[in-house]
Amino acid sequence: MKDLLVQAITSMQEEEAVALAAHMLGAGAQAQTILEACREAMCIVGDRYERREYFLPELVVSGEALKRVAALIRPEARQAATGEPLARIVIGTVAGDIHDIGKEIVAFMLTANEFEVRDLGVDVSAGRFVHEVGEARPDILALSGFLTLAYDSMKQTVAALGAAGLRDRVKVMIGGAPMDDGVRDYVGADAYGPDAMAAVRIARRWSEGG
Amino acid sequence: MSETPEVLYRERQQRILDAVALRKPDRVPIVSPFQLFPYTYAGVPFREAMYDYARAREACHKFAGDFQPDADFGPVLAYPGKPLETLGLKWFRWAGHGLPGHAVYQFVEGEYMTADEYDEFLYDPSHFLASKWLPRSFGALAAFSDFPAMRRMMWFGWTGLFASLARPEMRQALAAALQAGEELSEWFASLARYAAEIKAKGFPQAYAGFSWTPFDLVGDTLRGTRGIMGDVIRRPEKLLAAVEKATPIAIEYGLAAAGADLPLCWIWPHKGSAGFLSDRQYARFYWPFLREVIEALVARGVIPVIYFEGDETPRLKHLAEVPPGKVWFHFATMDMARAKEVLGGIACISGNLPSHLLLTGTPEDVRRCCRSLIDTCGRDGGYIMDTSVMVDEARPENVRAMFDFTREYGVY
Repeated sequence: MKDLLVQAITSMQEEEAVALAAHMLGAGAQAQTILEACREAMCIVGDRYERREYFLPELVVSGEALKRVAALIRPEARQAATGEPLARIVIGTVAGDIHDIGKEIVAFMLTANEFEVRDLGVDVSAGRFVHEVGEARPDILALSGFLTLAYDSMKQTVAALGAAGLRDRVKVMIGGAPMDDGVRDYVGADAYGPDAMAAVRIARRWSEGG
Repeated sequence: MSETPEVLYRERQQRILDAVALRKPDRVPIVSPFQLFPYTYAGVPFREAMYDYARAREACHKFAGDFQPDADFGPVLAYPGKPLETLGLKWFRWAGHGLPGHAVYQFVEGEYMTADEYDEFLYDPSHFLASKWLPRSFGALAAFSDFPAMRRMMWFGWTGLFASLARPEMRQALAAALQAGEELSEWFASLARYAAEIKAKGFPQAYAGFSWTPFDLVGDTLRGTRGIMGDVIRRPEKLLAAVEKATPIAIEYGLAAAGADLPLCWIWPHKGSAGFLSDRQYARFYWPFLREVIEALVARGVIPVIYFEGDETPRLKHLAEVPPGKVWFHFATMDMARAKEVLGGIACISGNLPSHLLLTGTPEDVRRCCRSLIDTCGRDGGYIMDTSVMVDEARPENVRAMFDFTREYGVY
């Protein structure tokens, strides 16, 4: 049954996946089993996206199927079933920029690869990032931007982390269409990734102490 | 320079026409849709450029005068703030309306047509747009949800139309539309005035029309990115029908450029780049319809400028199907040597000068990059100098390096 659920999600059989998960829960399956299936399905989809077999349509449909299946499980059961993540990551699109599609793909891929991701949304001020880093103590801060004005917002965010004495506590990665290593230097980040797979590779390297 | 503006105008026009026709011009042309830069360069906050049309024109005159592009955009990319405000546009945020005063306007993703409304759109797109899309897009036009269908005006159908126009909430919406119309007329008059002024100085206008790819017409302001990407899998037939319906509409938009001195129709594709769709999905939902638009525009003497802002490397083989010497492809992320190899003898290419270099690099970095682009894809014509994506922030000395170096080194 669990394999069927994985199969339904990864082959874009959205309605079947939700019906199957509901049936399994009704028949006494553990929340843990359903969540494991979700995790497995997410890995497969992420892997196929990485190998350029899947694209945005598949990410959108499987992402929504996963959300609907997970929603069938009570929040406290969901909480209890979550394992220890590789690292904790705070992600957001920087001040003045409201683009979110790229950031969501990155968040999806990081989650699929066993990182815990807290998404602050778009147009996030330097102050809010600093506050989150201070409170949530993530290992990694991922800054997204689609416009050239994001360069300066990123630079200000990194500077604000420094001013708050938090710069050494967190690794900073940047991404988004107009970014590259020149921009990384300019804003003072630790790494730049051209796509979601690069974000995963960088986060893995960092979580392994590299 | 002793040449008269008339001579300069013809030289610039010819330079671009030659590059597109894959003939060798006198030198590599420079045409670059700088978006915010002309205003920051002139010290005009973008918010002001969107509201004070005279100041926007002044800034653009300064930009054109100082940098001497081969074709000029003028203030068309600073959309007019007043009518957006009057209508209460919801799918944009702009300077002073949800964004800081120096920021460029940005699109707010949403489903402005729901998944179950495809049939309604297909049956009568005009009525769908009037009664559903307008009220969802513009706060001031909420009452248009009761707008009667024009298709029912026959016989005594028209009586219903006039009765509904008299309702108080409809009067209010119509008054807002009228006011926005007046404000837009003011803006269009400003654009026309600028075009005449800049022509008198010897600069052709860089645009004669704008259009969209049919897939993006359905995906951008109707279904939204998430919506349309889901539809590729959930309801492919409906989506195909809608994209097909949007195709002649896209052609209609673009034909506005027919007959202009420089008949350039700019199309900014959004959702077909690498990473968005698989090649099979692209070949089914995206490319055939874009190709149809390109071919129809070319048949009427329009030059389609397809301004790609993502990575189009996997799409090159499709792009090579366009009629030779008639189309201009702009690339952001691209191996330009490969693009030249595939599209040489088929289409003019432009772009790829990293936009961030104009902000974060030095004039020497910019010159090095321009040299490499001209060496790689400027040989024998068919290349137009441009940045990778539209430029907002830049250091003036870097912009100057881009223009001066290209003028000097790009001579054939």
